[in-house]
Amino acid sequence: MNGYNFAYLDEQTKRMVRRALLKAVAVPGHQVPFGSREMPLPYGWGTGGIQVTASILGPDDVLKVIDQGADDTTNAVSIRRFFARTAGVATTTRTVEASVIQSRHRIPETALREGQIVVYQVPLPEPLARLEPSRAAAREMHAMADYGLMHVKLYEDIARLGHVSISFDYPVMVNGRYLMAPSPIPAFDNPKLDMSPALHLFGAGREKRIYAVPPYTEVRSLAFDDHPFRLIRAPHACALCGARTSYLDEIVTDDQGGRMFVCSDTDYCAEQRGKRTAA
Amino acid sequence: MSRAALPPDEVGEMLLRVRGLGKSFTLHLQGGLRIPVLAGIALALHGGECVMLSGPSGIGKSTLVRSLYGNYRAQAGEILVRHAGAWVDLAASDPRTVLEIRRQTIGYVSQFLRVVPRVPTLEIVAEPARLAGSAPAEAAERARALLLRLNIPERLHVLPPATFSGGERQRVNLARGFAGGHPILLLDEPTASLDAENCAVVIDLVREAKARGAAILGIMHDAAARDAIADRLFPLTPLQDAA
Amino acid sequence: MSPDPLLSAPLLSARGLSVRLGRVAALDGVDVDLWPGEVLAVVGESGSGKTTLLNTLFGTQCPDRGVVRYRDPDGRVHDVHRMSRPMLRTLHRSDWGFVYQEPRQALRMAVSAGGNVGERLMAPGINSAGARHYGRIREAAIAWLREVEIDPTRIDDLPRTFSGGMLQRLQIARTLVTHPRLVFMDEPTGGLDVSVQARLLDLIRTLVARLRIAVVLVTHDIAVARLLADRMLVMQAGRVVETGLTDQVLDDPQEPYTQLLVSSVLLA
Repeated sequence: MNGYNFAYLDEQTKRMVRRALLKAVAVPGHQVPFGSREMPLPYGWGTGGIQVTASILGPDDVLKVIDQGADDTTNAVSIRRFFARTAGVATTTRTVEASVIQSRHRIPETALREGQIVVYQVPLPEPLARLEPSRAAAREMHAMADYGLMHVKLYEDIARLGHVSISFDYPVMVNGRYLMAPSPIPAFDNPKLDMSPALHLFGAGREKRIYAVPPYTEVRSLAFDDHPFRLIRAPHACALCGARTSYLDEIVTDDQGGRMFVCSDTDYCAEQRGKRTAA
Repeated sequence: MSRAALPPDEVGEMLLRVRGLGKSFTLHLQGGLRIPVLAGIALALHGGECVMLSGPSGIGKSTLVRSLYGNYRAQAGEILVRHAGAWVDLAASDPRTVLEIRRQTIGYVSQFLRVVPRVPTLEIVAEPARLAGSAPAEAAERARALLLRLNIPERLHVLPPATFSGGERQRVNLARGFAGGHPILLLDEPTASLDAENCAVVIDLVREAKARGAAILGIMHDAAARDAIADRLFPLTPLQDAA
Repeated sequence: MSPDPLLSAPLLSARGLSVRLGRVAALDGVDVDLWPGEVLAVVGESGSGKTTLLNTLFGTQCPDRGVVRYRDPDGRVHDVHRMSRPMLRTLHRSDWGFVYQEPRQALRMAVSAGGNVGERLMAPGINSAGARHYGRIREAAIAWLREVEIDPTRIDDLPRTFSGGMLQRLQIARTLVTHPRLVFMDEPTGGLDVSVQARLLDLIRTLVARLRIAVVLVTHDIAVARLLADRMLVMQAGRVVETGLTDQVLDDPQEPYTQLLVSSVLLA
């Protein structure tokens, strides 16, 4: 595409982002500030994720973009087309074929492998934001590894509701040191981060922060010994492929209360359906 | 803490020795007016004996007693106390040592009971014994017995003394002083607000304390009661020179 | 001096503390020693430097000159103002405590009473078993609410439903839950109604004696000092004017300023 650098961003910007990424990978879970650029889409639409993807993309990469697990939603389509036009890279909807996966709100069901990179779009990088309004105080907590306040929040949930009420962006301890917001992925996806063979990069464009979980890093969801972390998923099988272990979306089908549950990960669902017809 | 009862006429070892004690007050708010009260005081107190201070009102009897307790600061001299098997100069001791001496060795019945809000009478009376090392149950029982002896009925034991009459408060004070079982006991007008019956109880308590080997030093304006328990009088004389 | 079996080295020891705030010498060459289980009152009027002294001892105010030394439970001596920030922070939440005059400063008003009391147990560095055990934290919170005479059924209530006296007692529970050996108190009964004060003072007195907590208590109220403190420091214009046994300083004040202070107190 004429007038634009490979993957839209100029090389100096990419260098700046990569330096931030290297720092982030060196200190897993720690938020690294970066000079977030003006992008051709507003804040809140994935500018952080796009800048990270743009900085790491090479001509031989194969890019998959998902939004809520689906390749075919408006945003996923737009972002995939953006990179296809500005970088000319191959794109795919199949997890197993991708080298870079940009995602909003899900980690693919299909197991990741070494060499793959997942890039997350992050609205709020600070896990303590809602509990501690002062940025300075929150930074101090991270510096001192003083996360009692987050446990207080869990305690309050259990006292009030009998269980922790956090269903997405569930806070995790990374490498036993930093408290991290894993982006608004459902709590169901948290275990996929733990000792994952893939590299996970998180970009928050509006908040101007980058953080990372390198491969094979310990990632533990916060819990009490007597109230361990539970996987929460709708107790149904996917209406399309019959899967019982994938994360489900609830789709309202009519206005008489009719609904169906389908896999949120469209590629995974398609694969399962393919297996069924093959079987 | 208490020793074997001694024959009434035999005094035990020396427990308190005062040498060259001097005490004056400097009233800075009155232009630095200096009022000397005590000078060159020397006395010795032995286990099993009761010494009563005598002299006209205002001569410094109370000042001497308070100085011996460390409540007033002496300007000169020594107050040697037999404490934990050794001689300690209370006048030269740091505050923590003085507190230790008060806990273990010197008990004090003052003229006024400083009322602590909300603390029941029984607890107030049992406290010195507890601090001296008695088990709580034992201290409480001794407190209860003393209160009953001093005619404070059981139903009042759970109440704080804030609403008690002056006489009742003084009896609580006395119970507190005697319950501690200290080797040295200082009494400042112990029978001042008491009727004849309770006065007699106090006399008995002093005699019992003497019998167990305690050394008693006190002030009593009631000559009859004083003579009933004093083994000797220590007269204070007015100072020749005043500032 | 007679040997005392309970005698140990001071818990806290400060020498030559001097702090300049602008042109004013807020502290001028102050020495302080505090022994285990001892209650020390720092008394003075506004501007005497008593709050500055408290903050300097606590570590939040850096002195221009002088040193504050603290002996940890293992007997090691630390220079409070040379400790690393994480170490000081941990100290503040475990072996030390601070009771503020305004409980809302220390409490989290949007967190339940139980959460407030249990928070220090949930902090890192608390190695006791049950630090990450919800049930045990809740049990500890209930036990401490009882200690400070707050009805344990209010454990899930928000502090904004509590009265002033209750808030202060909640702050005390929150502070004592880690069994600190040393607690700093800044006018703990200031601003409370007299009847509420009496109850709070009694509670402090009982807890401090039973748990053998050393206390540095700043107050302008001499009656509070008399009730709670073994020893007293009288401060004026940044200097210690007089020091000694509480009852001795109050009943036989030696220095002009102390005499003025004591005689100025209105008797009910």
